[in-house]
Amino acid sequence: MRLEYFELLDRIEEMDLEGGTIRIASTLPETSPVFDGHFPSFPILPGVLMLEVMNQSAGYLLYRRFKRERFVFLGGVKRAKFRRMVKPGAKLDVRAKITHDGSGFFVAETSLKVDGETAADAEIILIVQDFPTPEAKTALAERTDYIEAASSVTA
Amino acid sequence: MSSTFDIVAKVITETSDVPMQNIKPDAHAIDDLGIDSLDFLDIVFALDKKFGIKIPLEAWTQEVNQGKASVEDYFVLKNLCARIDELVAAKSAP
Repeated sequence: MRLEYFELLDRIEEMDLEGGTIRIASTLPETSPVFDGHFPSFPILPGVLMLEVMNQSAGYLLYRRFKRERFVFLGGVKRAKFRRMVKPGAKLDVRAKITHDGSGFFVAETSLKVDGETAADAEIILIVQDFPTPEAKTALAERTDYIEAASSVTA
Repeated sequence: MSSTFDIVAKVITETSDVPMQNIKPDAHAIDDLGIDSLDFLDIVFALDKKFGIKIPLEAWTQEVNQGKASVEDYFVLKNLCARIDELVAAKSAP
C-alpha cells in the first residue's frame, strides 16, 4: 500500500464480476506522514481513509466489470460507521458487494475488518462515466496494473 | 392504491427534504424543486427499488445532451411518472 498516493489496494483475494462481490487484502504501512498528524503519538487510520479503501474496493470491481473502459468514482455516502480504531501495520480485509445496479450509478455495501472484527462499514453510491480524457484512461490502467500482478485471482 | 405520482412525491420529499406542498405534477425536478444531480440519483435509486425497474437515467441524459429529447420530457414530474408507468408496463408485458 502507498497510503499517501491513495494506492490502497494490495491484492485481490476474491472477485466475482457478475455476482458483484470483491474481497481485497491490504496492509497499512508502519509509518506515514498521514499517521504523523493523525494523531501525534497516537497514530490511527483516519475514518475517511477507511471509507476510501472501501470505496476503492467497490470501485475496482466495477472498473474491472467495465473492462477498464469506464471511469468509476464515489458519488455519495448513504451511511458510514467507524467502529474500531485501526493502527499502523494492520492487515485490512475489505469487502464490497454491489446491491443495486442503476443506470450510470451503483450502490454498494462495503466493510473493512481487522483481525476478524468489523472496523468500518458503509453504503456508498458509485458513479460510472466515460473517462474525461484518453490519457486519464491509460494512466489509471497503468497505475492499477500492480493489483493484477499481485493477485492470484484474475477476471 | 397510491398513484405513481403519489409514490414519486413521497420518495422526493423523503430523500430530498422538499416540502410535499411544493411537489406538483407540473413541477420541474431541478428548476422548480431545486434537486441537484446527486439528489436525483438518490431519488432514482429509491424509485428503482419501489417500482422494481431500472430507470435508464444515463440514456435519458444522453438523449437530452444530443437534442433528441428535452429536459422537460424526463424531469417534469408528470412526464417522469408517465415514463415510470411505461417501464412498469414493459416489465409486466409477456
